[in-house]
Amino acid sequence: MPRNGSVRLKAQSASLSLPSPTAWERVQLARHPERPYTLDYVQHIFSEFVELHGDRQFGDDAAIVGGLATLQTRTVMLIGHQKGRDTRENLLRRFGMARPEGYRKALRLMRQAEKFGMPVVTLIDIPGADPSLMAEERGQAFAIAENLLAMSRLRVPIVSAIIGEGGSGGALALGVADRVLMQENAIYSVASPEAAASILWKDGGRGAEAAEAMRITAQDLLRFGIVDAIVPEPPGGAHTDHGVAAQQLRQALVEQLAALDEVPLDALVEHRARRYRDIGVFQTT
Amino acid sequence: MRNLFRKAPPYITVPGQARPAAQDKEAEGLWVRCENERCRELLYVREFENNLNVCHKCDHHARLSARERIRQLVDEGTFTEHDAELAPADPLAFAAAGASYRQKLAEAATRSGEREAAIAGSATLDGLHIQILVLDFAFMGASMGSVVGEKIARAADRASQRQAALVSVSASGGARMQEGIFSLMQMAKSVTALASLGAAQIPHISILVDPTLGGVTASYAGVGDVIIAEQGALVGFAGPRVIEQITKQKLPADAQRAAFLLEHGMVDLVLHRRELRPTLTRLLRLYAGVREPALARV
Repeated sequence: MPRNGSVRLKAQSASLSLPSPTAWERVQLARHPERPYTLDYVQHIFSEFVELHGDRQFGDDAAIVGGLATLQTRTVMLIGHQKGRDTRENLLRRFGMARPEGYRKALRLMRQAEKFGMPVVTLIDIPGADPSLMAEERGQAFAIAENLLAMSRLRVPIVSAIIGEGGSGGALALGVADRVLMQENAIYSVASPEAAASILWKDGGRGAEAAEAMRITAQDLLRFGIVDAIVPEPPGGAHTDHGVAAQQLRQALVEQLAALDEVPLDALVEHRARRYRDIGVFQTT
Repeated sequence: MRNLFRKAPPYITVPGQARPAAQDKEAEGLWVRCENERCRELLYVREFENNLNVCHKCDHHARLSARERIRQLVDEGTFTEHDAELAPADPLAFAAAGASYRQKLAEAATRSGEREAAIAGSATLDGLHIQILVLDFAFMGASMGSVVGEKIARAADRASQRQAALVSVSASGGARMQEGIFSLMQMAKSVTALASLGAAQIPHISILVDPTLGGVTASYAGVGDVIIAEQGALVGFAGPRVIEQITKQKLPADAQRAAFLLEHGMVDLVLHRRELRPTLTRLLRLYAGVREPALARV
């Protein structure tokens, strides 16, 4: 089964008509305040959605939303980062910077998906995990690590799509999957360009330079084999037409889930483990 | 043959505002100064080394090289290194004004005497077979790139095959920025390998030493069956400077230190360096005891 399907081809032909944005321009598109977020896609893609709240341990993190959703005819567990549209909402959702409660809620929902044999769909859009003492007190690192462990062995299909910013471990905590999709103008990186610049050169102002050097665009990551397909966006970016962006994403999700339906569960989990086990570039001398 | 245990001291001699006489002593290489700003005790090197590089006055635990750590933890002469042939590549062809990745790697190799930030191998501990993986902070802050991830995955695989417990000792600044997304993916890779180890019912004991941050805490080091923090170690996801910079709040001095993690339920044990080896031995015997035959009826 080809990992780079028809979606990729369409993305390439679409981008031929326009000059390709630079990595830094894509960063701006990925962060565009009008870009569709998880709950926008819920409205356009899923005919039914009941949000489920809380990690059953400490609280409910509004920076990650999740619940039962209907994709075409079938129930899936949808989990995604959620940014706020205005200041008030961003206070609540902390610009999508998830906390341990969010990762643990996601884990709870993934376990439930496994129990009922539902596929998991995750939408990734996080600048980075919440850098606060509260998040540390509640074990941010350990919560992320537990999600990676659980996702690496979860016995249902998992499809992830990076729909904006795929920032650091907070993105990966929802991103260990059988298929990883990426929207045309989304970015995915080990740290935000500004954070990387600050670590590399002690100068957070050199974000544009870091964005180029770190190869964070969908096109780079497809080439590296980290993502399986690029989901095209309307010309100018997903923010220009939520409906069209959603339609493209929906088609990609449906295609990938249908392909994964064909794979027996044992093989699915084994392929997923192999996929991650094989990532890395080194020499043997 | 490679020199397995370099004699180079794993600490730096700090000049500082010492008395002239003390400076002379440091220059002779017989004395070092405690790194703890509030202590700065002048320590006789041999005594300091006999005390496992812990200050005898303030109990400050100085950082150790990976090989010094291995020497302190395993039975003498039993360590056999594996995967030493793995060397870093430059997957992004990372070049930005000032410093290419290759230059950084060359500098790190000179500074640390190692080819990469992880050292892995087989050894025994009080006669028990283990696989051990140790990060060397002197090599680019022991950031996790492809080689570190591969060495962890291979160590876990070997531990499964040989039915030997995996002991990891981590100290890391987190991700290797110059490997970008490949660095991030090592989190998933290392944890995936540990999942197989867990399925084989082989224990992983994770020891976190000063400092362990970012993607290392948030991956293999954060999912030990037993997680031990060395006394005083800074452990977390975001480091204190990042948190202070972003939240504009001054953190308490003990925040994110080993005792703080124990208090918040994130680690099983906080141990003094001299307790690490005996406690590891006891734990390994307990896990080995699970596989002993059922109890005889008395």
